[in-house]
Amino acid sequence: MSLDRPLTRNVRPDRSPTDLAAYEANGGYRGLHGAIGKLTPSDCLQILKNSNLRGRGGAGFPTGMKWSFVPMDNPSGGHKYLICNADEMEPGTFKDRLLMECDPHQLIEGMILSAYTIQADVAYIFIRAEYIKATQLLREAIAACHDKGYLGKNILGTDYSLEMHVHVSAGRYICGEETALISALEGKRANPRAKPPFPQVSGLWGRPTIVNNVETLCNVHHIIERGADWFQSLGLTADAGTKMYGVSGRVKNPGCWELPIGTPVREILEDYAGGMEDGYQLRGFLPGGGSTDFLTTEHLDLAMDYDTIGKAGSRMGTGTMIILDDKTCPVGFVKNLVEFFARESCGFCTPCRDGLPWCAQVLDDIEQGRGLQEDMDTLARQVEFIGAMGNTHCALAPGAMEPLASGMKYFREDFQRHIDGAGCPWCDGGIH
Amino acid sequence: MPVIQVDGQEYEVEAGKNLLEACLSLGLDLPYFCWHPAMGSIGACRQCAVVQYLNAEDERGRIVMGCMTPVTDGAIFSLSGDKARGFRQAIVESLMLNHPHDCPVCAEGGECHLQDMTVMVGHRDRHYRGRKNTHRNQYLGPLINHEMNRCITCYRCTRYYRDYAGGTDLAALASRDHVYFGRHSDGVLQSEFAGNLLEVCPTGVFTDKSLVHNYTRKWDLQSAPSVCVGCAMGCNTLPGERYGKIKRVHNRFNAEVNGYFLCDRGRFGAGFVHDERRLQYPGLRNNDGRYDAINHHEALQYMDRACAPGKVAGIGSPRASVEANFLLRTLVGEENFAPGFSDAEQPLVELVLRLQQDSRALVPDITTIESADAVLILGEDLTNTAPRIALALRQSVRNKAYEMAAELRLETWQDGAIRNLAQDQRSPLYIAAVADTPLDDVATNRISLAPDDIARLGNAIAANIAGQPNADLEQPLQEQVEMITTALAGAQRPLVLSGTGCGSTAVLAAAGQVADALCGNGVPAMLCLAVPEANSLGQALLTGCDAPGLAQLQQRAASGEFDTLVVLENDLYRRGSSAQIDQLLGAFQQVLVLDGLDNQTTSSATLALPAASFAESNGTLISLEGRAQHHYPVFQPHAERRPSWTWLLACMKEMQREEVRSLHHFDDITRACAATIPALAGITAAAPDHHFRNAGVRIPRQTHRYSGRTAMRADISVHEPRQPVDEESPLAFSMEGLNRDQPGALLPYVWAPGWNSNQSLHKFQAEVGGPLKGGTAGARLLQSGIGAGPGTFTAPAPFKAEPGRWQLVPRQRIFGSDELSALSPGLAELVQPGFIEICAADAQLLGVTEGDGLVVTKGITKGATEGVTTGVDNTLATLEARINDSMAVGCAGFSVGLAGVQNLRPLAPVSLRRAEGWQRRSPELIGSDRDAGPGGTHV
Ligand SMILES: Cc1cc2nc3c(=O)[nH]c(=O)nc-3n(C[C@H](O)[C@H](O)[C@H](O)COP(=O)(O)O)c2cc1C
Ligand code: SF4
Ligand code: SF4
Ligand code: SF4
Ligand code: FES
Repeated sequence: MSLDRPLTRNVRPDRSPTDLAAYEANGGYRGLHGAIGKLTPSDCLQILKNSNLRGRGGAGFPTGMKWSFVPMDNPSGGHKYLICNADEMEPGTFKDRLLMECDPHQLIEGMILSAYTIQADVAYIFIRAEYIKATQLLREAIAACHDKGYLGKNILGTDYSLEMHVHVSAGRYICGEETALISALEGKRANPRAKPPFPQVSGLWGRPTIVNNVETLCNVHHIIERGADWFQSLGLTADAGTKMYGVSGRVKNPGCWELPIGTPVREILEDYAGGMEDGYQLRGFLPGGGSTDFLTTEHLDLAMDYDTIGKAGSRMGTGTMIILDDKTCPVGFVKNLVEFFARESCGFCTPCRDGLPWCAQVLDDIEQGRGLQEDMDTLARQVEFIGAMGNTHCALAPGAMEPLASGMKYFREDFQRHIDGAGCPWCDGGIH
Repeated sequence: MPVIQVDGQEYEVEAGKNLLEACLSLGLDLPYFCWHPAMGSIGACRQCAVVQYLNAEDERGRIVMGCMTPVTDGAIFSLSGDKARGFRQAIVESLMLNHPHDCPVCAEGGECHLQDMTVMVGHRDRHYRGRKNTHRNQYLGPLINHEMNRCITCYRCTRYYRDYAGGTDLAALASRDHVYFGRHSDGVLQSEFAGNLLEVCPTGVFTDKSLVHNYTRKWDLQSAPSVCVGCAMGCNTLPGERYGKIKRVHNRFNAEVNGYFLCDRGRFGAGFVHDERRLQYPGLRNNDGRYDAINHHEALQYMDRACAPGKVAGIGSPRASVEANFLLRTLVGEENFAPGFSDAEQPLVELVLRLQQDSRALVPDITTIESADAVLILGEDLTNTAPRIALALRQSVRNKAYEMAAELRLETWQDGAIRNLAQDQRSPLYIAAVADTPLDDVATNRISLAPDDIARLGNAIAANIAGQPNADLEQPLQEQVEMITTALAGAQRPLVLSGTGCGSTAVLAAAGQVADALCGNGVPAMLCLAVPEANSLGQALLTGCDAPGLAQLQQRAASGEFDTLVVLENDLYRRGSSAQIDQLLGAFQQVLVLDGLDNQTTSSATLALPAASFAESNGTLISLEGRAQHHYPVFQPHAERRPSWTWLLACMKEMQREEVRSLHHFDDITRACAATIPALAGITAAAPDHHFRNAGVRIPRQTHRYSGRTAMRADISVHEPRQPVDEESPLAFSMEGLNRDQPGALLPYVWAPGWNSNQSLHKFQAEVGGPLKGGTAGARLLQSGIGAGPGTFTAPAPFKAEPGRWQLVPRQRIFGSDELSALSPGLAELVQPGFIEICAADAQLLGVTEGDGLVVTKGITKGATEGVTTGVDNTLATLEARINDSMAVGCAGFSVGLAGVQNLRPLAPVSLRRAEGWQRRSPELIGSDRDAGPGGTHV
């Protein structure tokens, strides 16, 4: 049992799930026993704030601060909600799946303590439809907790009660955006909502609501149990805790590992992912999922934390890297992503709904050898038009522009070769 | 008031508005699509983008949406900078990627907001080389055309249809750049307010089917300020004419009557104006019972001869103008003039007038209805009798949401946020009716009761509010009374509504009691009572409350008092059973009928005179809130058609009647009426008289671009005839003149440079969304809230369902219950044949199932007979049975005005039995042009 790898301590080599008995045998629900009825919600909130936990869903927003916006006086006695965002549809991201499939009770304990802190009485796990195994495990775990009195009425004999439900998403990337998620959960079109008002004040069914990522919530009971200082001490840089890092692409050992936050990119890539496959060279990587900007070989020694990666012109996002190698066409790579985002646009606002398919169309033209020189201008214009925060109704579109904008910056000559050679240099004869 | 800076200029703006509203109100052109003045903002289209700067030092600024940005003191914006303009251009270019650019064949062309905005942002060059997405269009019914390829995905249609109007069968479907606005499958749009989609949609997706098939561009339409004659609401309209046909009816904004919206009866119900069966020439019945066309001199001479002996009775019309009715009343004499209601309806309308005059409660306009924070409806199915009120009530229930929003400091325009916050929490709305109503979905509760029980419920609520609860109510009803009392008494602006629709004076009186009781508690309560026709209330005001009814005239004619009857614009066969009206008309030696329509009454006339419709004549109509409003001729009547007032005035001149010696113009009649009838003294204020000139010139009925005056009649002559001169109004049948800054009652169309669509309205408003610059049209005649109270009221005895006996209760239908709507071909398709609604228990009792036939006979109770003659056929009707489990037990609902119900009278006791040998109808109701198939038409 390792204290410096709290999130994965119950992850077995064969990835078989940890059930309630095993979880408890390994110290599970100790945080719950220690907190509910013993610490006040505001005690818990203070610990969270001190811990400097930042949201692991992509934006890195300080969790304690987010929770502090939830109104704690509740004269009407109406519901408050905690929602676990388990939609995980970001391209290249598979960290939440590992956590849910291997250790479902860790998430549930984290959620109970989180809900307790904001005094939510109903919690939902909004889970990606393809995560069938995780869905089943979570449902079983919730039932087991009910039997144990960890969920339901009067948890551990206190006057705190919490119901927890698993809701399976109908399957759209946009459902992971927290306000679109709320719309979807209400049975409406999965369109994001304008902020303000923020969900903390008016969220699910108009009530105060917190949405957090799976990994964020998994940290919570560890922090409450072991304290803010312990959590701070886990990080290598200014950020606190550990992080589930992942690598996909042409590496020897693609996968997902819990490492101290701030671990350098090179270490993740070489020590854990085993370096590039033989015969492949690294050209660039998206550090935190499909909607983050490319970084290149010059960035390998950066620490993977929110601020460092942000300063380098990208985002840590979900912390799961996608590798671009020298045998893969960067234009095709980007086109693939932009097509995904165009397909997943919710259709609410104009720049994203109509602008992304246009980008995809232009990229396809370039890739297929029909590109014109002016297409580079069109793309540059679109990147500005769609990509600037605030131009669109939500962050999907700016995210979609990150790989394109940075791709055009770092791999401009590759785009140019497509246009000049009227085709893709990586494909046979230049044409797919 | 905050001061903001726009492009370096400082402006003082109204707090609580968003930047888009503020800019438009300042007269600045900021393009937009998804925002709507009545529906607020959602920030979808991103068209209204501006650049906001943090402070004077900030040189970059960032793009924000005007419609989503509150105006705050000191805020700095740029509308015209390159960054903002470039962004707005890019938005239009994106919106147009998949657009078919089919302006030449699009019915929206020339009044298209998308065209206007495209020009406004300066987008020209298209860079997109890809394929366009295309959609399959749907059949949406006989009224509305669907051409999805023109959609720019602004979400206005669904926000209007679902969120604002409460419809459920139109939705945004699919996602990304494939979002589709339509129904789950082809079919008639179900909302009674679907037609507003035509004006809400900024493109040519939803267009007017009858216009599409008979097309004229907006700039070629001649139009004039008019008033809807569909019901008593008095919605302001803009009918557009070309070649002698009303091509379409658009909304004419009136902040206090109809705002931005009409109902479908009003919008699509003017087709009777160019019904081919309309009379064109005076017709004199010959010995064969056919009509000989005569010219108007002969007609006037005939009238003179018929009326001169003085034994004349007149029947006026609740759908004719105050002026025409006044003249007829003058012609025949006050005591010989019946207002033209049915005998059952007359006491109801008179009671409505008295209740409003006597009430301490305010008679609300549409904005005050929308402000109500608790509502009680007694007996009236408003969606089907005064539809526009029902739409307003759908907004009033949102006051709860606005209260919640205020706590979070959300502004009222933050539409998405407020709806998400409040979800389905609404202000209280209670309905007591004989059965379900289309407002039930937003009601806190709807109780089904027989009319007498509705009255008892109302009475008990009134007593409860007054603090003198009466205890004779059954337990379940008493619980309702408590809940409703709590809701109304706890409200700041409670509203009580009722009307003549359920045929019961007791229900009306009870509504008066509730409103008065609330006033007694010092609350500014509102009382709104619906009457059926465009000038019903005007007739009550004109005749007072003791005018003769139809039966009385008949008796007096039979006793030899009269030999001539003049009927004004009234199909009497809608006002009584065929036998009754045959008897009435038969009591006179000659019957002169002034009407445009070819109906059973005109067919019974000795002399029929072709009267011009509302669209071809001046007239004042008094709406249900007592608002006198003026409608102007849109075009000149054809052939020998003349406005009724012209016929009557000419006739009386022919007779050299003293009363009309000094009357020459329409306005003179209005003035004479105002001078003669104290209750109508205010009607002269409804609109300026014909001397009015706008900055010295007339107001044009035709747009600047009105084209082809020569070509229009080139088959006859290429010389353009002189345009007719309108002697009766300040409007001109011409494009010369000034359509700007005029009084609100004189707005013939909306247009402003760069704004060709109906969105140009804001250029005529002082504040966007607010009243017209020239003032709100119409003059209120009822002094609101000064009455002494309605006096005491004794509630009727409880209604008891008795075996073998049912009470007939009227059920109103938006299409078909009125006289005129079913004469429009599109609406006619939606009018069903008559049927009888009973609850499941009653159906079981009768041994009928849905679709069986039911024979309705005069009622028999326990041996006693009521108007039942033995040995003769007492059958009143044989109709299809519909099982509606929301019907009050013991009540049989019949749909007013539909085929087969002529002999059924509200509240009559009847017997029912299963019809033998009844042929069940096939379920298919309308076929329309479905065969034409989707995309069968381009326009
Ligand atoms: C298009 C889009 C998709 C997103 N998908 C996810 C997701 O699948 N899972 C997730 O946790 N957050 C996702 N997010 C981020 C959420 O909006 C939200 O910020 C997050 O759930 C907050 O949790 P955290 O504070 O714990 O990071 C997405 C955001 C966007 C704009
Ligand atoms: S940016 Fe895209 S996903 Fe987000 S609201 Fe706009 S259309 Fe929807
Ligand atoms: S159909 Fe019209 S109103 Fe509806 S989204 Fe499309 S353009 Fe907008
Ligand atoms: S509510 Fe009445 S007045 Fe208004 S449009 Fe409809 S029918 Fe006409
Ligand atoms: S009008 Fe402001 S975003 Fe559409």
